[in-house]
Amino acid sequence: MGTLALGAGLDVQGWTFLLVGFSFALYIGIAIWSRAGSTSEFYIAGKGVHPLANGMATGADWMSAASFIGMAGIISFAGYFGSVYLMGWTGGYVLLALLLAPYLRKFGKFTVPDFVGDRYESSLARVVAVLCAIFVSFTYVAGQMRGVGVVFSRFLEVDITLGVIIGTGIVFFYAVLGGMKGITYTQVAQYCVLIFAFTVPAVFISLMLTDNPIPQLGFIDTLGGTVGGDIARGESIGLLEKLDGLNEELGFAAYTAAPQQIIARSGPKGYTDVFAITLALMVGTAGLPHVIIRFYTVPRVRDARMSAFWALLFIALLYTAAPAVGAFGRTNLIEATRDAYYSAEAVPADSPAGEKVIPDWFRSWEDTGLLAWIDKNGDGRIQYRAGAPFTSATSKPVFASDSDGSPIRGEHGQRLLVVDGDAGGAGVVPTDNANELFIDRDIMVLANPEIARLPNWVIGLVAAGGLAAALSTAAGLLLVISTAVSHDLCKRTLAPNMTEKTELWVARGAAGIGVVGAALLGIYPPGFVAEVVALAFGLAASSFFPVIILGIFWKRMNRAGAISGMLCGIGFTAGYILKFKFMGGTREDWLLGISPEGIGTIGMLVNFAVGITVALLTAPPSQETQDLVESIRVPRGAGEAHEMQVPPAHAD
Amino acid sequence: MSTETEPASPASSTPGTSSGTDASAYWKSNLRLLSSLLVVWFVVSFGCGILLVEPLNAFRIGEAKLGFWFAQQGSIYVFLVLIAVYVVMMNRLDRKHGLRED
Repeated sequence: MGTLALGAGLDVQGWTFLLVGFSFALYIGIAIWSRAGSTSEFYIAGKGVHPLANGMATGADWMSAASFIGMAGIISFAGYFGSVYLMGWTGGYVLLALLLAPYLRKFGKFTVPDFVGDRYESSLARVVAVLCAIFVSFTYVAGQMRGVGVVFSRFLEVDITLGVIIGTGIVFFYAVLGGMKGITYTQVAQYCVLIFAFTVPAVFISLMLTDNPIPQLGFIDTLGGTVGGDIARGESIGLLEKLDGLNEELGFAAYTAAPQQIIARSGPKGYTDVFAITLALMVGTAGLPHVIIRFYTVPRVRDARMSAFWALLFIALLYTAAPAVGAFGRTNLIEATRDAYYSAEAVPADSPAGEKVIPDWFRSWEDTGLLAWIDKNGDGRIQYRAGAPFTSATSKPVFASDSDGSPIRGEHGQRLLVVDGDAGGAGVVPTDNANELFIDRDIMVLANPEIARLPNWVIGLVAAGGLAAALSTAAGLLLVISTAVSHDLCKRTLAPNMTEKTELWVARGAAGIGVVGAALLGIYPPGFVAEVVALAFGLAASSFFPVIILGIFWKRMNRAGAISGMLCGIGFTAGYILKFKFMGGTREDWLLGISPEGIGTIGMLVNFAVGITVALLTAPPSQETQDLVESIRVPRGAGEAHEMQVPPAHAD
Repeated sequence: MSTETEPASPASSTPGTSSGTDASAYWKSNLRLLSSLLVVWFVVSFGCGILLVEPLNAFRIGEAKLGFWFAQQGSIYVFLVLIAVYVVMMNRLDRKHGLRED
């Protein structure tokens, strides 16, 4: 029994260890090869990154564990409503490319607070920007380290805490040693790993369901292929049309039906909310410091523009495949489980031949907690319908196990759940709707290779891809935190006379402390982290974006306007989020029907309105500042005048 | 394209930029390009993907409803084209005004 389990486990686990180990060795090798020798290399990779490489690095920087593992799942459950994430997280790159990247590259210093502080001639503005940058980045990075731990525990059966510690060690090594230079080139490698890992299963699933090898085209194709042909039952029907029908048969709103999906999520006035969420995500994307900072690393302004194109191209490869994977996964899952018997023995002897029994992968994913079945009506068949099958304190299933920890199974062999009568208790409370199936949305990406019966190495590849996505984003965020401390706070505000050598050590120390802090948040996640990560976009939209845009496009914008705008914008947004997320505000009281996820749009408008009004009532900025604005608007000339004068390092 | 010959404002003839007039004409062309690209950006995402999704769903692309396709695929492809157009046009503009970096 033991040897059997080991032998069976070695296939998938062996591949996973091999591929994850190989990818980690690659990252460490790159880190040693690309050690940073100066602050310029540590902060912005010495401005020597090729636009294509920077595009890949930006893609990996941007796409987190949530994009890799979670997004296809979110879309497959939200249907049309998932579009807000797709449009929001890609449309932001248009704003970034056209309105921010070229000008900030021309300005050419190290950080976002650098720009805010210099453009508005104010240490106060710089410190406000530093605090916003640290707050946004830290909430984000905690989620990444947690993602690392989850991937480890799910694929390698390593304890989450140990997983977080291993991930932390890797990030610590290359972020602290290599700074931006090390991070950039590891991110290039991580992009290649993650896109390969996402695309391979997507291609196979697309072939299975539509007979079309390109997921983006399979998405708009008719059902076909080995599995799709069975689902269509000889009919020529579009995949999405079939999925609309399946959804409706089970009591869900049709997958592609916009108004129904919007009303279900945001109430009758939902269009305003969808509009606001999409805009907040777009503007927030353009305002996130770890993304902006990537455009400081290329040699020239025109490279920054080109780099934005490559970045969106590399991101779009995953973002256009994700909705396809979501739709394929949902169609396949519904067909495979709907009204299927849990075991062949449960099929009554007098039933017609060919009754459906659940596929093998159902049981293995039940063991990981991503699926759970509660046989409410005792007929031995799985009824999947709209609505939650049960409620529990964590909204996740609670499986029953006996004293030595082995699972307790029901009459068909299914994992039994702990049921109790109290929602705050240790078990689950079955709801009185007909739905019996719990599905964790992460299953759409994680289980795809297995559902498609792909070889074991593909499963190992998905694990390596998920880790690449989480580690690359974590490293980019840690760099923002470390530069905010060593450069913006120490060098530019507190201790301007610090030598470059000292500054480099402060930067490494700050990165080290940041990574340990992030690991602690990953091991002991405070309950609010997940909430705050989703809202970080609103905070970035309502703080940085207007101040940077006005700083470039309106010469008259001044210090008083910038500071008051930032404070009012982020204050309004944070206050609204607090009220409706943490202090029990209800949907009926939403301002103009806008949810906390979309309020960043209003916060941004508040920032613009307050900033412009205050600037018009106070004196214009100095001639020197107006000259600076002139110079960042053109690609050539005056650029080098703004390079930082690095004092010669003392031999101490 | 831009043949404005109006005198440059005092602030735009700053030291450091090679030519004040060129820089201000360059900036005006840049703003014109930006506004047209952003109009398209708005129309495909907020227009086709959200506000007009129902009427567009009467049409099809392949087997998918057009409005839904714009929201989940089409808008992303158009975003890419927009940035590509911006890169090409700006490089042309840089050269025309003698502001291209070495």
